[in-house]
Amino acid sequence: MVLELYLDLLSQPCRAIYIFAKKNRIPFEMRTVELLKGQHLSDAFAQVNPLKKVPALKDGDFILTESVAILLYLTRKYQVPDYWYPQDLQARARVDEYLAWQHTALRRNCLRALWHKVMLPVFLGEPVPPQTLAATLSELDVTLQLLEDKFLQNKTFLAGAHISLADLVAITELMHPVGAGCQVFEGRPKLDAWRQRVEAALGKDLFQEAHEVILKAKDSPPADPTIKQKMMPGVLAMIR
Amino acid sequence: MDLELYLDLLSQPCRAVYIFAKKNGIPFKMHTMELCKGGSGQSPRVGTCRDIPEMRDMRFLSAKHTAILIYLSCKYQTADHWYPRDLQARARVHEYLGWHADHIRGTFGVPLWTRVLAPLIGTQVPEEKMERNRIAMDQALQQLEDKFLGDKAFLAGQQVTLADLMALEELIQPVAVGHDLFEGRQRLAAWRGRVEAFLGAELCQEAHGPILSVLELVAKKTFPVPQPEAYPNMLRRIARIP
Repeated sequence: MVLELYLDLLSQPCRAIYIFAKKNRIPFEMRTVELLKGQHLSDAFAQVNPLKKVPALKDGDFILTESVAILLYLTRKYQVPDYWYPQDLQARARVDEYLAWQHTALRRNCLRALWHKVMLPVFLGEPVPPQTLAATLSELDVTLQLLEDKFLQNKTFLAGAHISLADLVAITELMHPVGAGCQVFEGRPKLDAWRQRVEAALGKDLFQEAHEVILKAKDSPPADPTIKQKMMPGVLAMIR
Repeated sequence: MDLELYLDLLSQPCRAVYIFAKKNGIPFKMHTMELCKGGSGQSPRVGTCRDIPEMRDMRFLSAKHTAILIYLSCKYQTADHWYPRDLQARARVHEYLGWHADHIRGTFGVPLWTRVLAPLIGTQVPEEKMERNRIAMDQALQQLEDKFLGDKAFLAGQQVTLADLMALEELIQPVAVGHDLFEGRQRLAAWRGRVEAFLGAELCQEAHGPILSVLELVAKKTFPVPQPEAYPNMLRRIARIP
């Protein structure tokens, strides 16, 4: 039975999983769950993930949620090249360390930047006070500095000399504020050079394809009122 | 060089690391860090994130609790149940840890800040935020019980894993400041009983002692008063309470 992935490329962890599966030629069937149409809130999707979140994986009877768990599952099941999640104990711990950090830091800031700058005002028609947006963007700035100083340092990739899950998860996060029109890489030559290395390692075409949706987020037509009503509680909880 | 752990047992992930190392007979040298004492001058990890627990094992340094637990379980080849080799069983542990990072971590530590640490440095968290925190904890506990625990003995299966340890330590935090989360949640209370029985009463007492005596120390005014140089970090933490 073929692997099924429930994804929406608007979501940053979904993009990481999509790129990972494609890049490693893991055969899968894509089940698109359109977040902006509220499809993740449907009863049908609740059968797959009662928590009503993407991404989700279905491998026969085995259903798995949470992006890092899915990436690690694919890594182990399909025996992808070692550098994604190295066998070496300390190298692996570096990747784990980044994956643990990003959850509470970069993830939150990138998500808030996108929603405060674009999705709330443009898609949901909810104006965001300028001071809220300014606070969000300055928090993002602090986190980007940490990413550069503490994780990237002078290395080629976040966890060492090779690309790993850490880089994939990081770049797909950063494309969120980029999609919102933030100049994430401006004035950060080290981070910008890293981005180019990551893009090259993943392949330009694949990178482009996975990010088409987010790069067009700015032009989303306004949500229809029913969808908006359905989505608001979840959105507010997500970006709180 | 021996493994060195930089811990404060008032911190929930630090306790998880401490219990894990002790329970598995991993030899380590403990450096006690006091979060409220501000700087981490004694920490060897200068100039980087001052997260604890920190671990120093030869030249290897790491700063995130789940990474530390995974590292320890691999390096010391602890019993398989903690972090199972089986593909699907291990995925269940990671599934929990991912959810935990978003819904448990950062939420269950809040009551200690609102009830004890904030007043200690003369600040108050608005009631509105405290209410929001209670709601967030309730929702998370419901999902924890329904989605993760279900009818199983433990969160990721029929045996104790890193998931149970991480969860238990977080849930102890509000309990220690008088918010008994287990009241009226029989399934969760029974799970707590199973995890603590597995870990052993003595080890639990030792690891939970400091946090469980916080209210008593505050009442007796013997809880260490934070140093002024700790204030900026503490205020930043308080400001981040949603």
